[in-house]
Amino acid sequence: MDAEAAKLIGAGIACIGMGGAGIGVGIIFGNYLSGALRNPAAAGAQFTNALIGAALAEGLGIFSFLIAILLYLK
Amino acid sequence: MANDPIHQFRLHDLVGPVNIAGYEISFTNSALFMGIIVATITGILLLSARKGALVPGRLQLVGEMWYGLVDNMVTSIMGEDGKKFFPFVFSIFSFVLMANLIGLFPYFFTVTSHVIITEAMAFFIIGLVVVVGITKHGLGWFKLFVPHGVPMVILPFISLIEIISFLSRPLSLGLRLFGNMLAGHIVLKVFAGFVVTLSALGFGGVLGSILPLGMTVALTALEFLVAFLQAFVFATLACVYLNDALHPGH
Repeated sequence: MDAEAAKLIGAGIACIGMGGAGIGVGIIFGNYLSGALRNPAAAGAQFTNALIGAALAEGLGIFSFLIAILLYLK
Repeated sequence: MANDPIHQFRLHDLVGPVNIAGYEISFTNSALFMGIIVATITGILLLSARKGALVPGRLQLVGEMWYGLVDNMVTSIMGEDGKKFFPFVFSIFSFVLMANLIGLFPYFFTVTSHVIITEAMAFFIIGLVVVVGITKHGLGWFKLFVPHGVPMVILPFISLIEIISFLSRPLSLGLRLFGNMLAGHIVLKVFAGFVVTLSALGFGGVLGSILPLGMTVALTALEFLVAFLQAFVFATLACVYLNDALHPGH
């Protein structure tokens, strides 16, 4: 296989990791919403925690995006 | 290459190449926009604080909400003794927010889309955590890596995980902001590129290019949300990490 083609396929494979981050962020906000509907009075205080969790989960997806960008541009 | 989505992140020297002792310290467009950001923050805050009316006007309300948001964030995460970090967190939040927002305007440069800027801020924050923690608690600060109530058998393993997680913090803090900004701007540019290539195909292409044009408008709105959210997350995580310097026992 051509080295250039292998590099591009690798960049594409690295992007699969972002799907995992998407699942993680979806689980966090889905659970936050179901909890907020059960107890709307406590929802406001936990929104910051939901954002922190989503940011931490998203950061791991950003790592795989970064690998893809590095492979694509190198 | 007008259609190159990476082209928008290129640095230009505005005042010719200046080299001192082998280091290039030219005045680039990045430096220019950092100046614009600081001037905008200072201008808005000075104007909003000028009147000091009991019933705030529109601009004063912006300043009060801006201050109140960060004040609420600092006290709810770090408690009352975290107040001395308020100026630091407020500066970080304002700079990142204004850099993200100004970068969204066409032909404007996004300062936070360069990894050196975000990583410099992230490493400074974690460095501050270490320095403040050790000056405040001495060697007792290292209790942070030895959690309470963990059985002796798995304690070394847990400590190792805690240390690795602490060491990866500056990396993830800076890369998150950088990655979000870079990805958002590339996506915007790629969708805007669809409009150009489709409308070059003739009448049908022009009709078809309405779809990516609408998508670009919607994505711009999303990017404004992301710009605020990432500044908020960056400042919140800075608070969470600085809390470890003040209260390492938790």
